[in-house]
Amino acid sequence: MRTIILLLLALCLACVESKEKPEDQTNIATQFNKEEDSKPLNQSNYDLEIYDYAGLSPLINKNDNRIHVVNFWATWCAPCIKELPYFEAVKQEYKDQNVEVLLVSLDFPNKYETALKPFILKHKLQSKVVALNDVDANSWIPKVDSSWSGALPATIIYKGGTRKFYEQSFTLEELKTEINQFLK
Amino acid sequence: MKTIKTLAAVLAIICLSAFTNGPGDGYDIGDIATDFSLENIDGKMVSLKDFKKAKGFIVVFTCNTCPYAVAYEDRIVELNKKYASKGYPVIAIMPNNTEVKPGDSMEEMKKRASAKGFDFPYLMDKGQKIYPQYGATKTPHVYVLEKTKRGNEVKYIGAIDDNYQDASAVKTKYVENAVNSLLAGDAIKETKTRAIGCSIKV
Repeated sequence: MRTIILLLLALCLACVESKEKPEDQTNIATQFNKEEDSKPLNQSNYDLEIYDYAGLSPLINKNDNRIHVVNFWATWCAPCIKELPYFEAVKQEYKDQNVEVLLVSLDFPNKYETALKPFILKHKLQSKVVALNDVDANSWIPKVDSSWSGALPATIIYKGGTRKFYEQSFTLEELKTEINQFLK
Repeated sequence: MKTIKTLAAVLAIICLSAFTNGPGDGYDIGDIATDFSLENIDGKMVSLKDFKKAKGFIVVFTCNTCPYAVAYEDRIVELNKKYASKGYPVIAIMPNNTEVKPGDSMEEMKKRASAKGFDFPYLMDKGQKIYPQYGATKTPHVYVLEKTKRGNEVKYIGAIDDNYQDASAVKTKYVENAVNSLLAGDAIKETKTRAIGCSIKV
């Protein structure tokens, strides 16, 4: 089973690399659509949540005894796209262990319709995706983490007051190792 | 004998890696920045010491392929137009591994520079030896240097301004403010800022 998942992930990656056009959304899974199961999600009814930092802050500082994995990414960021399937994989693998994944996209607003939404739909991302649109990065980067230089990708794993920040790319194993630290 | 050779090799690697900065290392304000000899898009080698009349430099780690870097291209050109004549030329350095990012190859750098009218050096950090010493982690990442008796002193590190999306909506021009302060002999108000950028590809 795991091999199959890995194979699927590899396939998924291959698709990303080949930069396919966003038009093909006929086979979008209905599981995406929480409200109307009969109607598959498409770009016109996909509701992207967009926040400035003040709006995002509560989402990355929850105090609910769950383990939160927050990944800052963008569709144009090659190392981000490479590791994205690993975040999707841990979301599945750890779903019974109180682990939540949040993908915070830093795509430019003029790419929401042409790149971000098509990407989310095409790859049927299961993790929650929100967009952060706050141009004054100097004001909020240190609030995300004082050590963050601002390079993408970046990831936070936290549970309550325990928090770790990673300005790096992950392999699936590395990501699991880090999450496992929080499970102890 | 073989063991000694192996040991020596291992030691050499350890020594080398001790001098390789990871993210978070690199220069701080007041440090003396290293000079370099890097290949420009015109095929010539460029060093800071070549600029005899310069009072300092606006060193920008940038590339062709990062949307943030691309968003700033016109503003980097403007910086050079405004400050080269005042003694602070722009020196752009492309830090990415071109095997990972073929779009940043020397050929592509030439094309991009010509398309955007770069009238400043656009250098390839071949072998990626320079950016780790500066501590650059992303593109674009700016270091304003002032020529002093001690060498080229780091005076400002960070972002160009406070709006990567829209040049016309910028409120604070960090780099311009820093260079203006240096030219006026004043203290720089904001010496370090942060911006989102593309991680440098190794």
